[in-house]
Amino acid sequence: MSDKYLDLTRSGPLAVVAKKLGLPRPAKLRRTDPRSVDTPLVPGPVLVLADEGSTAEATTIAEGLLDWDLDVRRDSRLPEHERWGAVILVLTGLSHPAELSAPALELGSTLRQLASSARVITLSRSAPAPAPSPDGVAPALAAARHGVDGFVRTTAKEMRSGTTANGLVLAEGVEVTAPSVRGGLRFLLSARSAFVDGQLIAVGSSAGSEPQDWVRPLGGAVAVVTGAARGIGAEVAAVLARDGARVIGVDVPAAGEALAVTMNRVGGIALQLDITAADAAERILELARSRYGHLDIVVHNAGILRDKTLARMTADRFDALLAVNIAAPLRMNDTFAGELGGGTAPRIISLASTSGIAGNRGQSNYAASKAGVIGMTRALAAPMAQRGGTANAVAPGFIETEMTASIPPVPRQVARWSSSLQQGGQPVDVAETVAFLASPQAGGINGQTVRVCGQLMVGQ
Amino acid sequence: MASTHRQAAIIGGNRIPFGKAGSAYGSVGNKDMLTAALDGLVARFGLAGERLDEVAAGAVLKHSRDFNLTREVVLGSALDPRTPAVDLQRACGTGLEAVLTVANKIALGQARVGVGGGVDSTSDAPIVVSDRLRKALLRASRAKTLKQRLSALSSIRPADLAPVAPDTGEPRTGLTMGEHQALTTARWAISREAQDEIAFASHHRLAQAYERGFFDDLITPYRGLDRDESLRPDTSLEKLATLKPVFGKQIADAEATMTAGNSTPLSDGASTVLLADEEWAGERGLPVLARVIDAQVASTDFVSGEEGLLMGGAYAIPALLARNEMTLAEFDFVEIHEAFAATVLTTLAALEDEDFCRTRLGLDGPVGSVDRERLNVTGSSLAAGHPFAATGGRIVGTLAKLLHERGESELRPSQPARGLISVCAAGGQAVTMLLEAGGSQ
Repeated sequence: MSDKYLDLTRSGPLAVVAKKLGLPRPAKLRRTDPRSVDTPLVPGPVLVLADEGSTAEATTIAEGLLDWDLDVRRDSRLPEHERWGAVILVLTGLSHPAELSAPALELGSTLRQLASSARVITLSRSAPAPAPSPDGVAPALAAARHGVDGFVRTTAKEMRSGTTANGLVLAEGVEVTAPSVRGGLRFLLSARSAFVDGQLIAVGSSAGSEPQDWVRPLGGAVAVVTGAARGIGAEVAAVLARDGARVIGVDVPAAGEALAVTMNRVGGIALQLDITAADAAERILELARSRYGHLDIVVHNAGILRDKTLARMTADRFDALLAVNIAAPLRMNDTFAGELGGGTAPRIISLASTSGIAGNRGQSNYAASKAGVIGMTRALAAPMAQRGGTANAVAPGFIETEMTASIPPVPRQVARWSSSLQQGGQPVDVAETVAFLASPQAGGINGQTVRVCGQLMVGQ
Repeated sequence: MASTHRQAAIIGGNRIPFGKAGSAYGSVGNKDMLTAALDGLVARFGLAGERLDEVAAGAVLKHSRDFNLTREVVLGSALDPRTPAVDLQRACGTGLEAVLTVANKIALGQARVGVGGGVDSTSDAPIVVSDRLRKALLRASRAKTLKQRLSALSSIRPADLAPVAPDTGEPRTGLTMGEHQALTTARWAISREAQDEIAFASHHRLAQAYERGFFDDLITPYRGLDRDESLRPDTSLEKLATLKPVFGKQIADAEATMTAGNSTPLSDGASTVLLADEEWAGERGLPVLARVIDAQVASTDFVSGEEGLLMGGAYAIPALLARNEMTLAEFDFVEIHEAFAATVLTTLAALEDEDFCRTRLGLDGPVGSVDRERLNVTGSSLAAGHPFAATGGRIVGTLAKLLHERGESELRPSQPARGLISVCAAGGQAVTMLLEAGGSQ
């Protein structure tokens, strides 16, 4: 699936026309080359900036980046012909909104010298939760910390040439050397996060561990992906396998032909199974255990669409959709609970949708199921943490798949242009985020919903 | 003697749904179909990139360009390209013979893991040109000068251009398979009703098996088909009774009883079976659905008319039973390929007939009868279709799974369930095989 507009306006006469008319000119995003994963990690030197109260932590971060052989700098001046690969803004010490000004403006001075598909990444602390006692929270601290939210989202909207701006939000007590801070930083720096834009990812704890091999962090893991025959599911299977996991792909028997092709491509096992069957999870677990001894990662990707406005909605459309999209994952999780792990730490990753966050006309059933996934994920966080694991969701925005190819051309183009990156994402973009959340270094990210939407202008 | 060698384990089967001739698979040939069936098997068991010790398969209707069909299929599949392959052929017994070939190599320690299978397309069947045209073309291709070439080509006459269409006729008798079976059907006085009942059961049992998901791990959909195209879940005895006889109309003193409903349709399809020694399977956590215990082939003298063309099973089965000291009543499942409903019925009638068993088999009494509730329990070729060389693999995959589900025999207390396969073939041949349920790994 490709965006013809994007291909045509990248160069040649139509590029000139588009520029003159002020039409969107989306950039070709830097994505992972499967033959040289994470090489180079970023397209240029990495600048680490900080507010005054964060210089010590900024130094720790900068030193940590050297482990990955990056060209790390602290001085924001750059020779004219050079381009920054990334700018990291460490704001963990902010205590008053006024302290944001200096580092923000210093970041601003570097923006004209960013490479294509460069990265702006903030590190900040989570705003304290409202306390019951009248003197529990300092309003200035809360304002400073939550201020980063609006700052990152706006910066993302001002970026050009495939550059993204995202933030990691550290819970109180989480060191900047925690596995998921380092892991999250690496993910956001890399081409793996090409279509993640304008997002703030919460690192809630110091759980997790750095992988033995950053390029193949899923070595030793066994994963199951539902709905693996085509589209996003097929790419999830491929990226998990690329990252070292052994993969079982599940899809309905009728999709078996495509499933076999996909699983042979990734060297996995094809399981023709309807996930709404009562014993679906038992059969998956049994297969994983008999072949590999354990099951570590579950990706609930299978989903269907049954669009109708609510006035025209029928019971069969509503019920069939809920059965596949949310009832099946709920039932399967009951079986998987306590049974995952043994190779790597347990992970449950579910596919949500921006429709589940912002709503979407004609998708009352779909949006309810996908918002349900977000709720389910939050509720799973604590029990999964107890078992040393995590549950997270990934919410794709407009992704170029067979499914979205059936949308009429004009609404389809409008949907693409409704994101800061002015294009649809590729299935691999969603898969990369799933693979990151599945990795050992993501163990401190739990109960979250990470959007992969190019900063689609709906919802948060 | 079965205990002196190791037994080959059947890990699982995979086939594509069988299509009707000239329909869903009308535009694809044997190579594509067999590759699809093999790749589905590879995906089911996670064998992409693995080097197997042998892939044996064949086709009955084969283009001359497909001289190395199975090896070409392997090269186009997800398997390691260093996997060797062999083509073989025993008419409609090809698929079962291929499974047997691999099983025997495993039993002898010559291979640890292999695939047996088969494929046939009646849609993409080779058309033979006339002998005169073929000879003229060969002369032209050998010609050294333009003049010689023109001279060779100028010898072609318009009549030489008419193609020789493929048929299922026996070269030595000129009779089609259906006409041969009609003679046997008449000899054993098999009624139209009995044949229609076999056909009715075949469709209903196959449909029920699909409904309960039995084929979810035996079939990989292909080109839009996810069920066998010939399957008629709603067929009835009344509907079957309305069909006009197509075979046996020339036989004097006998009513023609064989119709399109109780004869297998021409079909396209492919099937594969994964076999291994149990150690190999155990190392990979693969299931052992069943074991190959023994096999027997036989042929009849159909040319002289002494015996029917498709009656080989009535000779192979008793030999197999005798060697394994078993009776028909001890099998939890019996699979007799439904070339025609009458083939099943004449084979069973012969095994029940005292005179036949004494005079033809030299036994003291009848071999015995088969409980119809244990015969072709998930349907057979009448409903699924019969792409000649693909039938053996279909039956082995199905029976192995049935045996695995059953586990312990209902008939032989505390013993693993056993199943019998009989597939008749052109040339008066038959291949039979004895399988036993394997334990789960």
